[in-house]
Amino acid sequence: MENIKSSASNLAVDAAPNGDVISGAGSHLTSGLGHLVRANEIDVSHGPILYLEDVNVSFDGFKALKSLSLSIDVGELRCVIGPNGAGKTTMMDVITGKTRAQSGKVFLGQTMDLRRMDEPTIARAGIGRKFQKPTVFEQHPVWENLELAMKSDKRWFAALRAKLDAAAQARIEEVLSTIRLEDSAYRLAGELSHGQKQRLEIGMLLMQQPQLLLLDEPAAGITDDETMELARLLNSLRGRCSMMVVEHDMDFVAALSGEKGKVTVMAEGSVLAEGTLDQVKRDERVIESYLGR
Amino acid sequence: MSTPISSTSGNSLPQGAPAGPPATQPGTPSTFKLGLPSRPALLSPAAWGGMIGVIIIVAILVPISALWVPQDSIFHLSTYSITLAGKLMCYAIAALALDLVWGYCGILSLGHGLFFALGGYAIGMYLMRQIGHDGSYGSDLPDFMVFLNWHTMPWYWTGTQHLLYALVLMIVVPAVIAWVFGFFTFRSRVKGVYLSIITQALTYAAMLLFFRNETGFGGNNGFTDFKRIASLPIAADSTRVGLFVLTFAVLVVSFLVLRLIVTSRLGRVVTAIRDGESRLMFLGYSPLGYKLFVWTVSAILCGIAGALYVPQVGIINPSEMSPGNSIEMAIWVAVGGRGTLIGPIVGALAVNGAKSIFTNYFPEYWLFFLGAIFVVVPLLLPKGIVGLLARKRHGGA
Repeated sequence: MENIKSSASNLAVDAAPNGDVISGAGSHLTSGLGHLVRANEIDVSHGPILYLEDVNVSFDGFKALKSLSLSIDVGELRCVIGPNGAGKTTMMDVITGKTRAQSGKVFLGQTMDLRRMDEPTIARAGIGRKFQKPTVFEQHPVWENLELAMKSDKRWFAALRAKLDAAAQARIEEVLSTIRLEDSAYRLAGELSHGQKQRLEIGMLLMQQPQLLLLDEPAAGITDDETMELARLLNSLRGRCSMMVVEHDMDFVAALSGEKGKVTVMAEGSVLAEGTLDQVKRDERVIESYLGR
Repeated sequence: MSTPISSTSGNSLPQGAPAGPPATQPGTPSTFKLGLPSRPALLSPAAWGGMIGVIIIVAILVPISALWVPQDSIFHLSTYSITLAGKLMCYAIAALALDLVWGYCGILSLGHGLFFALGGYAIGMYLMRQIGHDGSYGSDLPDFMVFLNWHTMPWYWTGTQHLLYALVLMIVVPAVIAWVFGFFTFRSRVKGVYLSIITQALTYAAMLLFFRNETGFGGNNGFTDFKRIASLPIAADSTRVGLFVLTFAVLVVSFLVLRLIVTSRLGRVVTAIRDGESRLMFLGYSPLGYKLFVWTVSAILCGIAGALYVPQVGIINPSEMSPGNSIEMAIWVAVGGRGTLIGPIVGALAVNGAKSIFTNYFPEYWLFFLGAIFVVVPLLLPKGIVGLLARKRHGGA
């Protein structure tokens, strides 16, 4: 386990092979001495952007999460795998504020206690989430879905006065071309196919410009070609934000994590193993509980 | 026209698009342009034309025909029909208000009759004070207070002899009650049928409160026997036509204001709350502020409708707060087509127009007819009359 730990601490640097480091990934290495707490800013000066320690959640006596501890470094793309009922989605619910943890620590950066924040505040703090089932606003055209997701002042008064200026339109156009839905820009999102909805939801996440992206089985129900394209898209986001991907499709995981990327295996509400994909694939306990012999 | 007219392919949205060819060719993503205006047009040119036409007919021709065309002419409109039309337009304003929260935000209020009645009571207090010494008892106090043996006016009647203050009350009272009620229910994330039931209970509780003589609003008789408004005789033809035109003006202005709201980004967020509130929260929106805004605007508008209604029908009593009245408002919106702004106006006019005709000619059949509407509309017209017309036009084109 020692060599895994050390490789993980370098991941923030390794993770940006194409060099487009934007959101301060790795800047903690040069940030120097201490600083004051800055409000509304994720403090990643010690490395991790997300930090869970000893988190417990139970529903009517069923322990969905059992002293789960996990940390994700800034700039990292972490894949989480595990059998059904391992608590992967519950973990995402806890991080995004949908479910309250009974005990433990859930921190975004060094300073933001996610257990004290509600869903919209957590989202505004910089966590974007893609749900298992694509959830887009079906009665809204595609461009309006993207507009709604756009990073902006989300208070009602600002929304009443908001104008769709050239910069915002350029941003929407850019994302539309990234997710290849230009031809459907004015169609209602409800008329899109399943794969197109998945792409639209990814696009909405891009509009949010999150610092940390949580993706819950993004490859579910799309074709193999689309899956590989999605992997390419997510890989291209490396360096722009940290990501946590829950997935069953091992090819997809392999495409995302590469040889050095860290993979976490969850089972029965806690972390079973952590390491590169090869390492966890060889782990006896993982083979027993998840991969099968 | 110096700017070239761009031929947009199949969509009618980009009005006032920047000059240049519309680039929607597949395969060249970098040149794709949305070309949307920074704020959408309030109304299409055709809709503006239609609206101006209606304004000319209603605000100019109707008063002429009622006041200056001789009574024996076929172009003469009776004061009865003018007042009836004014009443229907008050209902239309209330339906618009309900549609903002129900059709756009998904909050089905079955208690909007409360806000309607509160606006009515606010102006009713002023109208009672305008009676002056002309009441049956010739007292300083309104008749019902003399009857109850009261010697001074309750404190909350202070200042109600001023029209301006009554107009302030008409807006502030429904707004404050709506805001406080909304704050606690929306913050507790009460939704759907539970919220509808609470709103129903709210208006019912208020009705019981207003039925009491001690409350100081005339008990079950409410306010009636108005004589004057702004010192003008309230039953005079010119006053009635004036109220009719005023009601129409308020209807037009509220339509445009709501149009401004629903075409803004706030409007798009509000419809997203209707369709997927929890998803929206994960995009960083707190629904509370948005819901409170539309809820309060809706209550204010409903109060204004009630305030216009009372001088025209000449009475306000607690039965306006009965649950049945609020449910009827929901029927107007459903019949007309919720989620459109023209729908509730059409619905309120159609249902109440039918009600006037039925209660005039076949009074015993009205409730059967209302029951039939109940069954037919959700079954055959899920999007209301306006939805049906839109589908027809769409199919024909």
